[in-house]
Amino acid sequence: MPDRRQIALFAVRYGLFIALILWIIAMSLVSDRFFTWLNFLNVARQAAPVIIIAVGMTFVIATAGIDLSVGSLVALVSVLTAGLLALGWPVALVIPLALLVGLVAGAVNGFFVQLGLPAFVVTLAGLTYLRGLAFVYSDGYATPVTDEVLIWLGRGRIGELHVPIILAAMVAVAGWFVLDKTRFGLHVLAVGGREDAARVMGIKTRRIKVIVYAITGALAALGAIVITARLANGSPNAGIMLELDVIAATVLGGTSLFGGAATIAGTVAGALFLNFVRNGLNLMGVNPFWVQVATGLILLLAVLVNVLANRRVEEWARLSGKDDDAD
Amino acid sequence: MQGIAKRFGGVVALRGVDLQVGHGEVLGLVGDNAAGKSTLMKILSGAYQPDRGTIRIDGRNVTFAGPQEARALGLEMVYQDFALVPELSVTQNIFLGREITKRRLGVSTLDQREMAKRARELFERLGIRIPPVTTPVRALSGGQQQAVAIARATGFDCRVVIMDEPTANLGASAIDKVRETITRLKAAGITVILISHRLEDVFAVGDRFVVMKHGRVVAERAVADTHADEIVAMIVAGIDPRSRTSGDQSVAPQPGP
Repeated sequence: MPDRRQIALFAVRYGLFIALILWIIAMSLVSDRFFTWLNFLNVARQAAPVIIIAVGMTFVIATAGIDLSVGSLVALVSVLTAGLLALGWPVALVIPLALLVGLVAGAVNGFFVQLGLPAFVVTLAGLTYLRGLAFVYSDGYATPVTDEVLIWLGRGRIGELHVPIILAAMVAVAGWFVLDKTRFGLHVLAVGGREDAARVMGIKTRRIKVIVYAITGALAALGAIVITARLANGSPNAGIMLELDVIAATVLGGTSLFGGAATIAGTVAGALFLNFVRNGLNLMGVNPFWVQVATGLILLLAVLVNVLANRRVEEWARLSGKDDDAD
Repeated sequence: MQGIAKRFGGVVALRGVDLQVGHGEVLGLVGDNAAGKSTLMKILSGAYQPDRGTIRIDGRNVTFAGPQEARALGLEMVYQDFALVPELSVTQNIFLGREITKRRLGVSTLDQREMAKRARELFERLGIRIPPVTTPVRALSGGQQQAVAIARATGFDCRVVIMDEPTANLGASAIDKVRETITRLKAAGITVILISHRLEDVFAVGDRFVVMKHGRVVAERAVADTHADEIVAMIVAGIDPRSRTSGDQSVAPQPGP
C-alpha cells in the first residue's frame, strides 16, 4: 500500500516524466496539430542532436563536471566537415576525421580537468577558442554541403523514421548500457559521488575524467555532423547556445550537478520535454521571445527540484522510514 | 615493516619505522597528531609508497603500486570517513573496484545479481543486520555505514585490517559492535591494527600498544603490562621511561637532509 512517503518519493524521482505526459495531454487539448505523428517526428528530429550530445554530458556531470564547450565544438566540426568535403575529400574519410577531432578536443578538456582545474573554466576557455578556430578555418563564411551521403545523415529516412532520430536512439541505448551495466559507468558515478573514496578503492579517477570529456567531444562531433547535414551547410555560427540546451536537458533529467547520480532515460526525457514545450508554445502562437523566457524558467525550476527538493524529500523519507531498520 | 621512511617535500613524516604484528594480534597504534601513524598505515594499505624500507608478509618481501595491489595481498583499510560513495548502493560500495562481471557476446557487464547475493551472504556471515543491499549508503545511519565499511574490508580473504579511528563518530551501542567485530576477526586469525585516540578501545580488545611520536616508534607495551596514564605520558613526551636508549634517540636533534 503506497503511503505519503512513497508518493512524495515517486513525485520527486519521476517528476519530469509526469510533467512531460501532462504537457503532452494539455497541448493535445489546446491544439489539434500537436498530437500528430508528423509533429512528434518533428520534435524528435529537433531534439536528436541535443540528445546525442546530452548523453555525453550526462557522463560528464555524473563526475561532478561540466562541459560548456560542446556548442563551439559543433561549429568547428561543422565548418571542418563542410570544408573538407568541398575540397573533394571522400565522405568516408571526412566523417571519421570529424569524430576524431571531437574526441581529441574533448580529451584536451579532460586533460586539464584531471589536473585539478575547475571544469567550468577549462571548458569556458574551450567554448572561446574552439569557436575562434571555427572562424579562423572558415574565415567567417558558411560552406554549402552537396555530398549526398552526408545529407542523408541529416535528412534521410529509414522507413518512417528520420536518420537523426535513429542515431539519437542508438547513442541513447549505448549510453544507457555503459552507464548502467558496465564497470566504467559505475566508476563514473563513484568518481562523481565521492572522488577520494573512489581513489582509495583503486579506481583510476583521472583516467575516467579524461574519458568522459573525450566521449562528450566525440558525441558533439556526431551532433555537429547531423546538424551540418540537416542544414546542408557548415557554419561557424552553428551550435551557438547549444551547450545550454544540452546542459538543461541533462539537469532536467535529474542528473545531479554534484555528481554521483545520473540516468540516460532522464536526459532523453529532458531533451524531449524542452523541445515539446517550445513546440507547443509555438503552435499556440506564443511570441518566441517569451518562449525563451519560459525555457529559462523551466530550467530554474528543474535545478530547484534537483538540488533542494530531492535532498529534502529523500532525507525526510529516510528519517520517517527509520523504524523499518533493524538496529 | 622495516626501516620505513617517507617525506613530503621538506616535511619528514616517517624516520625509519620498524613495526611487527603477528597473526590474530590486535595492535593499538597510538600517538598525537602528526606522529606519523596515518602515513605509516597509508603505506601499508598501498595509498602511499615509502621512500625507504621494506614490507614483508610471512617473510616474503612485497611492494604495491596502489591500494588495489595491497588489497589483493589481503591488506585492507577501514577509513575514518568510511570511504563509501553515498549515492551508490550497499552492494555497489562493497564491490567497488573489484566488481564481479560476466561476459555476454564478448561484452563485459556487471553481474548485479551475483554481487547482491554475495553481499547478503557476507552480512549474514558477519551477523550484521542492515537494510536491503540495494539501499543507497546515504540512507544509512553512521553505525550502519561503519558496518558496511568493515564488511567490505573483511569480506574478501583479508589478512590484515587497518582501522582508522573506527569508534570516533559512533554511539555507545555501535562502539560495542565494533569491538565485537574486532574480537571476532582476531578469533579468525586476522591481524587488526587499530589507530585510535580512545585508549579504552585498545584496552578493551587489544593485545599490544605501539606509541609513535615525530615519525618514529618510541615505545611498545603489552596491554596487560601497562595502564592508561603511562601510555598518555609516552604519547605526550615521546619517551619510553623504561628504556633510556630509545628515549635518548627520539629527542636527539636530527641531522639535516
